[in-house]
Formats: sequence, structure tokens, C-alpha cells
Amino acid sequence: MSAMTDDTLPASPRTLRDEMIVFAAMAVLLAIVPATGIYPFFVMQALCFALLACAFNLLIGFGGLLSFGHAMFLGTAGYFTAHALKEWGVSPEIGIVIGTAGAAALGLITSYVSIRRQGIYFSMITLALSQLLYFIYLQAPFTHGEDGIQGIPQGMMFGFINLSNPTVLYYVVLAGFLGGFLLIFRTINSPFGEVLKAIRENEPRAISLGYKTDQYKLLAFILSGTLAGFAGSLKVFVAQNASLTDVHWSMSGEIVLMTLVGGLGTIFGPVVGAFVIIAMQQYLAGFGQWVTVIQGVIFVACVLTFRRGIVGEIGHYFRRSL
Amino acid sequence: MQALYAQLLVGLINGSFYALLSLGLAVIFGMLNIINFAHGALYMMGAFCAYFLLNLLGIGYWWALIIAPIAVGIFGMILERTMLQWLTGLDHLYGLLLTFGIALIVQGLFQNYFGSSGLPYAIPDELRGGMNLGFMFLPIYRGWVVVFSLVVCLATWFLIEKTRLGANLRAATENPTLVRAFGINVPRMITLTYGLGVGLAALAGVLSAPINQVRPLMGADLIIVVFAVVVIGGMGSIMGSIITGFALGVIEGLTKYFYPEASNTVVFVLMVLVLLIKPTGLTGRAA
Repeated sequence: MSAMTDDTLPASPRTLRDEMIVFAAMAVLLAIVPATGIYPFFVMQALCFALLACAFNLLIGFGGLLSFGHAMFLGTAGYFTAHALKEWGVSPEIGIVIGTAGAAALGLITSYVSIRRQGIYFSMITLALSQLLYFIYLQAPFTHGEDGIQGIPQGMMFGFINLSNPTVLYYVVLAGFLGGFLLIFRTINSPFGEVLKAIRENEPRAISLGYKTDQYKLLAFILSGTLAGFAGSLKVFVAQNASLTDVHWSMSGEIVLMTLVGGLGTIFGPVVGAFVIIAMQQYLAGFGQWVTVIQGVIFVACVLTFRRGIVGEIGHYFRRSL
Repeated sequence: MQALYAQLLVGLINGSFYALLSLGLAVIFGMLNIINFAHGALYMMGAFCAYFLLNLLGIGYWWALIIAPIAVGIFGMILERTMLQWLTGLDHLYGLLLTFGIALIVQGLFQNYFGSSGLPYAIPDELRGGMNLGFMFLPIYRGWVVVFSLVVCLATWFLIEKTRLGANLRAATENPTLVRAFGINVPRMITLTYGLGVGLAALAGVLSAPINQVRPLMGADLIIVVFAVVVIGGMGSIMGSIITGFALGVIEGLTKYFYPEASNTVVFVLMVLVLLIKPTGLTGRAA
């Protein structure tokens, strides 16, 4: 993993104070969005994807594991939450718990299979597993196949928070995003996170120091999958549907793209990347397959000339880790 | 029984494509240390190349079988010279991301101009019709695809394992610096290797054009199955790729007969089982 870290990691050690300031600024900016008149649906969608990309980044940026199947957590949690809300009529908070728990269980199973191989094989295995799940959901009756689950009720959270009010929903999604973000932030700065980084830098050395690296990777994968699932559950309330698009390999590719654009291994990069990519899709929605072409061009350009990503470049310029 | 044999034949044909594609992936991975995500898109370009040759220039199937792999191979070599070569020394994952981007560009462009539906490509006159083998009816074209793919696979194996060129190639895979010291132009060899791997994908594309129709996304899902094949077989051995490819095709065909619901997923399920039992893959060395 040496080549990646040489190129992507900022020169200076991380300073918690800088990160706290940026985090506070981000929270304030996001909190005043409803007052600015920006279409809240767009920001909510971007927040869900931002959390998803952050969860993905926990694996690649801090554990060195490139998952090319993270859409499976998004889609699984989405289907579980949507089914629970619509068919069983559970309250929103229970729906979120069911969806997130489903993603956690999936993470437990898939991590056990996929961490058996390293590097590029890990990426191919996660991609294949998500494709397996795609075909299962295509045929399973509860997902309604190609139609997906439509018209999901948003309901009253904890009995008094009315999620069908866009402003209320916005703050609930924002709270979910910030909570998930802080959990990832805490993980990265914990002893567990330090060991993960050690594994990314030099796995044989970490093993020789007595760390059971497989257990660390397993836990990181499950945590990442669970948080990705949490993002998927939140997204159900925003989009009010759950469909096969969310489990498709192209969605996994978009998650990778968001993180790459923002900056692999940076803390705020995935958030910036998610907003950039979602905004781009919004503006180019009328151009059909050109969106795919442009996404491909961004991939190529990022890998060839811009490997640090937006936040990584900014951090490199100011010699700060963001 | 007729249906069983028919599904077995379909399995063998899919197995030919798995073998040709995973063979190319293995050869490319050996030399470039890149998992070529664009392989599916280049397979599709091979099929489109045959389609253009026929409909724009009136050049038929037999010439397409030669021209399309060369044309797509040259396109691949340009990709290698202009982009992939800059990734030398970087982490493997960048190669995957770059080629994924290339695949998105190529597939997106073709979708823009040709939509998502299939374009027909007729079976050449010489290979029309079928033979009655007594126990089953064999469409000649399908038999031809299986036999020809097998021959190409074995020829590639022979080239890499038994010739002097192949020996240089294998040596350069092990230790490029040392091979360069012997006066062999390794960067050129890398470019040619990429061209060869890509050419095999394009050849598979031409072979599949009359069977599967020519579609911009024909390679997109296929490449994921081929990745699973590669994980099962491991990329250490050429013969291993060939055998695994054909074997998985046959298993998929049998599944279509006995339990059709699982035919899309059987290769992935097998991958999971192999990973649980023998994590390094059936023939693979440790990654």
C-alpha cells in the first residue's frame, strides 16, 4: 500500500483542532440550508450519499480495502426499511433500525468471505457479492423486482416528529448524517483506527507486532457496511422508494467516484465529493448517457492527474490534514 | 434429454467467453499488475467492430474475426501508451479505477449512439444450419464457437508457456528490471501484452455477435462474472484460467436445466464456497 499513501496522505500530522473547526463550519452551513431557499431534497439526497461515501472511505482511506460493492449495503438497508414501513407499518425509527441491522448482518456475512483475499481480489470479490445480491433482489418477491417498492409512507418519528414536513425531515437527515460522521471521525482517531492505518501501511509488519489484522479488517468492514446501511435507510425517507438502482454495480462505482473526487483517505473529502457528483447528476439529468461518459472522464482524470482529490489538494496546499 | 444437451452447449459457449476473457485478464495482470475493468467494454467493441465492418464496408465475418481483434488491440495499445503506463509503481487499485472509468466512457458513448437494444448480426452462410448428432441437434455455429475458442485458448497457452517469446514474457513478469538488463524492451512487451489480452476480448466479442446480438452493455455484466471466475481460478496459471472458464460455463448450463432460478447466481455462489474452502483460489498463488 506504500504507493497509495505516498501520494494521498498529507505531509503534516493530523491536528484535531483544524478538523473540529472545519466540522463546526460544515455543521453550521448545513444547518442554515433551509433558510437559504436551496431545494432541500437535493441537499438531503447529497447528505445520504455523503454519509455513504464516508463509510466507504473508512475502509479504503483508513484500512486500504477498496470495496467495489458498497451499493449492496445501501440497497439492502433501503429494501428492509421500505418493506418494514410499507408492509408492516412500523414507525420510522424502527424502520431505520431494521434496515441498519439488515446491513450489519450482511456486513458480517460478506466481510467473512471477502477479507480472505487482499488487494485487488478483495475488490473483485465485493463486486461479485454485490452482483449476487442484485440477482437475488431481482427475483425476490418482496422487492417487487424491476418496479421496486414505491410510495413509502414517511410517518411520525418517535410519535411526534412529522417526517412528511420537508424541513423537519431535513433536520432529521442532517442529524443522522452528523451522528454517522462523528462516529467515523471518532473511529479514525481511536486506537482501533490507528491499528487500521498500520494495516494499510504495512500489513505483514502489523501482523508481526501481534495484531490480529483479520479481526480488525472484519470489524472495519462491518462498521462501514452498517453505516452505509444507515445512510440507505435514511435515503428511503427522502426518495420514498427503494429500487434495484441502489444495488446495481454502477451505484457502487458512483460511491467510489464520490470518494475519489473528494479525496481518498481525507475526512471531509467524501462529503465534498458527494455534493459535487450529486450536483453534477442534477444538472446533467437531461443529457442521458452523457452523464456516464462524464463520470468516466472524471474517473480517468482523477486517477491520472488528481489523485489527492479536492480536499486532499486543499490540505496539501495548506499542509494540513483535513 | 434434448433440453439438457442444449443447455450444456449454451454453457460451453458461455464457458468459451469466460475462458477467453479471464485468460486475457490473467495475461494483462501478470505483466501490468492491472485488473482490466475495461475488458467487458473492449469485448463489446469487438462485436461492434464486426457489425461496422459488415454494415459500413461490407466486410464479412471471416475477415472480421481477424480485423476486429487487431483494431481493438491497437486501440488497447493506445490506451496503454497514453494512460495505463503512468500507473506503474502506484497501488493496484488505481489501475482498477482508471480502467473502470474507461469502461464507463466507452459504454456511455456507444449507448448514446446505439441505445440499449440489440443490433442483429447474421451467422455467416458457411456456418448456418445444424447437424444431427443422434442424441442432439447441434447448430453448426455454436459448435464452431466452442471449438474455435478452445483452439485460440490453447494457442495462447502454447505461446506463453512453450515459446521463447512467452519465456521472455514470463521472465519479465517475475523481474522486469533483470529482463531489461538482458536487452529486452520490456515497456514494448508490456504494450504488446495489453494488446494481446484486449485482442482476445475483442475476438470473444466477434464470436458472440451472432449469438447474443450486439449491445453497448453486452460486456458490462459479463465482466463481473468473469471477475468471479478469476477469483475462483486464480490468475497464476494460464491453463487454470482456461479450465476454470469452461468448467464454470458448463456448471452454469447445468444449473439452467436443473434449477433455472439460480442460473444467474451460481458462479457467484461457487466463488463464495471456494473462498471459504480454499481462499487462494483453485490454481492461484497467494496474492
